[in-house]
Amino acid sequence: MMNQKFKIIFLFAFILSIDIYAQDDLLEMLNDNEKPETNYTIATFKNTRLVSGNSIETNSKGVLQFMIQHRFGALNSGWRDLYGLDNSTIRLGFEYGISDRFNIGIGRASYQKTVDASAKLKFIRQKSGDKNFPFSATLVSSVYMNTSEWEDPERENYFSNRLSYHNALLMARKFGDKFSLQIMPTMVHRNLVENASETNTIYAVGAGTSIKLSGSMRLNAEYYYLLPDQETGTIGGKSLNNSLSLGVDIETGGHVFQLHLSNSKGMTERYLIGDTTGKWSDGDIYFGFNLSRVFTIKRPKIPNLN
Amino acid sequence: MKKLILMTLIILASQLIHAQKYMTQNGIITFYSKTPMEDIEAVNNQVSSVFDGDNGGIAASLLMKAFTFEKALMQEHFNEKYIESDKFPKSTFKGSIENFEKLKLSSSATNITVKGQLTIHGVTKEIVASGTMSKVDENTLKAQFTFSILLSDYQVKIPSTVKDNISESIKITTNFTYKKV
Repeated sequence: MMNQKFKIIFLFAFILSIDIYAQDDLLEMLNDNEKPETNYTIATFKNTRLVSGNSIETNSKGVLQFMIQHRFGALNSGWRDLYGLDNSTIRLGFEYGISDRFNIGIGRASYQKTVDASAKLKFIRQKSGDKNFPFSATLVSSVYMNTSEWEDPERENYFSNRLSYHNALLMARKFGDKFSLQIMPTMVHRNLVENASETNTIYAVGAGTSIKLSGSMRLNAEYYYLLPDQETGTIGGKSLNNSLSLGVDIETGGHVFQLHLSNSKGMTERYLIGDTTGKWSDGDIYFGFNLSRVFTIKRPKIPNLN
Repeated sequence: MKKLILMTLIILASQLIHAQKYMTQNGIITFYSKTPMEDIEAVNNQVSSVFDGDNGGIAASLLMKAFTFEKALMQEHFNEKYIESDKFPKSTFKGSIENFEKLKLSSSATNITVKGQLTIHGVTKEIVASGTMSKVDENTLKAQFTFSILLSDYQVKIPSTVKDNISESIKITTNFTYKKV
């Protein structure tokens, strides 16, 4: 008899548990059915430029980015030049997303009247979840053409003398949601240098970081270290220095404003690495800003509702 | 004793037969923000949802990063700054249809009201959604709901620079086609 009672209780408990399971675990049922997802890291940096040099970021497919980059003269140029504000250089640039990970760009800088064209490919994305990879990597290459008049028109001047190049491998990792770090081995090649003893190719390793201060503001730093034992030559009698730039990003909707201080006057890798003669310690500090605006030329396809 | 075992089996079997669950892995959820400055629309067509044909229970789950916007930058801002998708990757809903036992589903759309707990951005709030449900065939159900939420209810902060472009009240519509499992 006891046995019978026990069995009935057991039966009821069993039925009850089934009932609870059937009612209560709809969300769990969804979880069990879930496919493993890969989470791609987004917004490692706010802009395609860290400060002056490239970041790993690319514009999405169909997005056109218009950039206005400004550098004023050196802060130590005295009151007569309003501490550099009288001598500004400008670069206007366009970059377009052929795909989410491949961009092409053109630009023109007033400094040495340089026209540049670039291609940029983000070939690895930082991801976690189903698939994992610890960092993102981007290749960027540019060709530059100095369109100034020849210094010595009497000499035999070749068109190729106007050209220089840069290639860089950018690798960046976002740690958490506030801090990103980028390492960028870079080479700059100049077809024409001042003296035969100078090397045409300069090797440098860059490092950059971005720290999120608030939702729309970031602090950035960028440093290019020229590898030692290179005969890099002089520019206007001054030897080349490592480039250090500090900047702040302010984002408003489709705009990014970047304000920065740098010992480089140039705004592209060619000049950051191959043309920086200023020294922070001497007050050769250039104030500048980038203004970046994106336009959606081709809209992504929104899935059809039916 | 044998009777008892038989009864257990019958009850168990009836439970299994009775447990009619309907599922979808590609439900559609669309949300709209309308302001005089800008209309924003985003679509997620990878929503998973389950409907319990016995008691009218409904659950849904989606990944925030699966919302597609008409501008890539909007999508990035949505995920990075407003919804914080890395911290709160999922949004879930769990609720049930009101007065389900009195409803009779047919091929024509029946008006229904769903009440339940909606979790977005790590915050859970009760919502009431109205909509329709219809039986397409023996194995297929269609359900559509509409409701609105306030961003402040879910502690979604919009920076002042884009306050005029993003509405405080977001209209959400869902479109599920369930198949019997």
